[in-house]
Amino acid sequence: MEITLSPLSQSFSKTFFTSLYELKDGERFRTCLQCGTCSGVCPFGYIMKFPPGKMIGALRAEIFDQVIKADSVWMCISCNACSAFCPSNIPITAGLMTRAKEEMLLAGNIPTELQAAMENTQRYGNPLGESPRKRADWAAGIQPEVNILSKTRQPVDVLWFVGDYASFHSRMQSATKALTKILNALGVKFGILGTEEFSDGDSQRLAGERGLFEMVAQKNGQLFKKYKFNEIITTDPHAFNAIKNEYPSLGIKYPVRHYTQFLAERLDQLKPMLKNEIKAKIAYHDPCYLGRVNGIFDEPRALLAAIPGVELVEMSHQHMNSLCCGGGGGGMWLDGFQWEKAHTRLSEWRVREAVAANAEILAVACPYEPPRFEDASKTIEAAGQLKVREIAELLAESMEA
Amino acid sequence: MSQDIFVVIEHLRGQIADVSYVMLAGARQLAQNTSGKVMAVLLGHNAQGLANSLAADGVLYIDHPALAEFTFDAYQLALADLIKAQSPRAVIFGHSSVGMDVASTLSAKLGAPVVSSCQSFTADGKFVSQICGGKIMAEGDLPGPIALVTMVPGGYKAEQGQSSQASEMTNMAAPAMDGIRVTLKQYIEPDTSDVDIVKEAVLVSVGRGIQNKDNIELANELASALGCAVSASRPVVDQGWMPTTRLVGKSGKRVKPKIYLALGISGAPEHVEGMGDSQVIIAVNTDPNAPIYNIAKYGTTVDMFELLPVLTDKIKQAK
Amino acid sequence: MKIAVPVKFVPDLVEELTIDSGGAALDTSWLRLIINEFDDHAVEQAILLKERGGGQVIVTMAESEGADDFLFASAAKGADQLIKLTGDFSSSNNHALARVYADLLKELQPDLILTGVQAHNDLDGSVGPLLAEYLGMPYVGYVAGLTATGDKVTVRKEYAGGLIAEIDVKLPAVLGIQAAEQPPRYVAYSKIRQVMGTAKIEERAVADLDLSGGVTVSRMFQPEVAERATMIEGDVDEVAGKIVGIFKELGTL
Repeated sequence: MEITLSPLSQSFSKTFFTSLYELKDGERFRTCLQCGTCSGVCPFGYIMKFPPGKMIGALRAEIFDQVIKADSVWMCISCNACSAFCPSNIPITAGLMTRAKEEMLLAGNIPTELQAAMENTQRYGNPLGESPRKRADWAAGIQPEVNILSKTRQPVDVLWFVGDYASFHSRMQSATKALTKILNALGVKFGILGTEEFSDGDSQRLAGERGLFEMVAQKNGQLFKKYKFNEIITTDPHAFNAIKNEYPSLGIKYPVRHYTQFLAERLDQLKPMLKNEIKAKIAYHDPCYLGRVNGIFDEPRALLAAIPGVELVEMSHQHMNSLCCGGGGGGMWLDGFQWEKAHTRLSEWRVREAVAANAEILAVACPYEPPRFEDASKTIEAAGQLKVREIAELLAESMEA
Repeated sequence: MSQDIFVVIEHLRGQIADVSYVMLAGARQLAQNTSGKVMAVLLGHNAQGLANSLAADGVLYIDHPALAEFTFDAYQLALADLIKAQSPRAVIFGHSSVGMDVASTLSAKLGAPVVSSCQSFTADGKFVSQICGGKIMAEGDLPGPIALVTMVPGGYKAEQGQSSQASEMTNMAAPAMDGIRVTLKQYIEPDTSDVDIVKEAVLVSVGRGIQNKDNIELANELASALGCAVSASRPVVDQGWMPTTRLVGKSGKRVKPKIYLALGISGAPEHVEGMGDSQVIIAVNTDPNAPIYNIAKYGTTVDMFELLPVLTDKIKQAK
Repeated sequence: MKIAVPVKFVPDLVEELTIDSGGAALDTSWLRLIINEFDDHAVEQAILLKERGGGQVIVTMAESEGADDFLFASAAKGADQLIKLTGDFSSSNNHALARVYADLLKELQPDLILTGVQAHNDLDGSVGPLLAEYLGMPYVGYVAGLTATGDKVTVRKEYAGGLIAEIDVKLPAVLGIQAAEQPPRYVAYSKIRQVMGTAKIEERAVADLDLSGGVTVSRMFQPEVAERATMIEGDVDEVAGKIVGIFKELGTL
């Protein structure tokens, strides 16, 4: 897949670098030690012609146009490992990578798949290109009926922001239904936005579409204003990250938690309901935007540990240095492009780690992951028996009458 | 003013296009209703021989060097002239790169209404058109006094428009070909260095549902195991994920394999035109409402990305 | 070179199409409109020509929900002039639309007019050749690639089987675009937003529409399928097994 871009001039290089200083903590770009930690910890660093550290070097040398031509930027999946481990605390992902992608998008330089995801978001409010009218179809037939706020207009305690993949993706819908079951069992008074809901926009933002992100965020913001609720919970760590960390700067501020935090808080109530044993070694994969970026590591593990029969095992990459599944930050829509460069998938690497840890189940907490890891486990011989389950699915399974 | 049905025969480099026979079959049905004759209209240069296989009550032949191959001006001048003089009840064109160039032009020129994408006629002489990607059918009375119609295949079989008996040919005078603004320079042959998908007995075909270039690898592996080739629908070729030599459809090749495995193909008419005659179509599409299921013999809504590796394995074992 | 691109919106097939209570037209209450894919290619081809040889690109369309967004996006890609036709187009057809475009273009006098070769909701011919005749210009459809040289263009016209005809057309002319030389480019949303502040959409009011030459539909319906596909049941493994069975049955294994 060729990206053709008319070469950027050297003056762009200088203006671009200067613009980075204006960003939050942008001054820290000046303090880069060129230690190479970022490049070392970057999952695709070994393939990029210009891994993160070298990109900063290129900026300093005013040859950033070469970085653009090398397509290294599109190998970045915004996992935040570089930023997390940088000794100078440089905001490499949010500052450099996202901004570089923004520039490339403005110049019309964009891999085709990503273009489709962006155009779909703009047109249908979701990157999958599904009709928004079908966004709440997953809830059809569930008893008690799922409270769709636009219909009932009832005040609720919790607004459950379901999200794109959790709503539309055939694999994920079972996890979404599982969470519904758990919330009902706990007597949580919740409602969903249903067909009105827009994409949270975070992955699109990380992939360079700041304008599109602001558009969908504002649309969601208007919806939030319409209804009465006390807090928001999300299925997706990306939605959680967006609403917690990015929406406030647009004037949209609500208390928000990821569903694992919400359930962990109710563990006393939940634990007695977990009657069925799930006798298995379970490896929990820390999603980038739940763990590394937002510091939530314990709650998901506490939920899993509460299930009778479960033995938690850790993979070699975990907690802060968890290995990205390759889906976030636009990665979900850069698969073909990245495959052509790398001929390997991060999800496959991760599945191998699960197998190496003797895990029987790979537990996840992000809607990008089940399809990615399941695909990966099909191509790896040793992973034939490995199951991939969303935490909600495991809890619901343990609750089954 | 007659009740005759004219059919503008399409031919390219000495070959009658299949759609011509389909049109003749449709014309026959319509003529039964109007009680008129089916007249094949053949434009060309020294092309009388092309009329031999046409199932028509008569052939109106116009010869002129400018009509040797299809071009816009020459054809529309000759046809406008003929239609004005003969006033048939209807003139049928192919919904194709030939017919569509001139049908609407003549509609504007002659003030005759034009019906698009007609697939068939009813017993009582109504047109039935196929629109919106094959999802909607529109039926109506044939407009008048002269109706121009562009026809798509699918309603009649080509055999119904073929005949071993040549019909009476009448030579019609060509009009003055003044003011020609469109000239054919040359034909560019399709690339023959690649596999000829037309010759394959089995085709594994990928559509938009394949999602990206890299997933085509899965189809390649299945095709390898089967010992056949991979073909594609237009969106895949437009993206550059497969070469045009593998394109099946209106703008690509017409294939009639024993088995056509359609992966992630919705079944839009432009594609169906290229593979509708396959013996057995097996469709893999997660959308149960995809039009492909209307022509497929077998179907499954399982995820193709899950199916392909498993199927490839089983094929390997079965061999 | 002055290039005009008249475009139109069509029903988006992502949504389920339903027939209204009258039984002869689409139910518009749930209808979502999207740019005709071929018209999108026509805009791209026009921009490419401008990038290669200079000139001016005019994009015009009838008013409709989403029209402004599309026109602004065209400007963001490089279109110079945006013209929106206002009026009641609810009962419009291609003949009426072509007449209205013809009136406008007679005034604007473009050298070349590019428009999509067809649209999936075409019932009364296609806009391109109708427009050409109303303007007295030549028309070539199914164009995938062209070069402009002086007072003519050389186009590549697609036929079945991958055959291409190279054809010279004297300008001014109308071309029906099948595919641009590259897929329609992406425009970052922020760029579209930016352009909304700077570009202007000219509005031209249209009087009554002349629908003559159109077609009356007495019944619209979803295709009745004589024999729908036999669905293969089971999980992936079972389905794969059954498919192998079909291959064996037909003697291809």
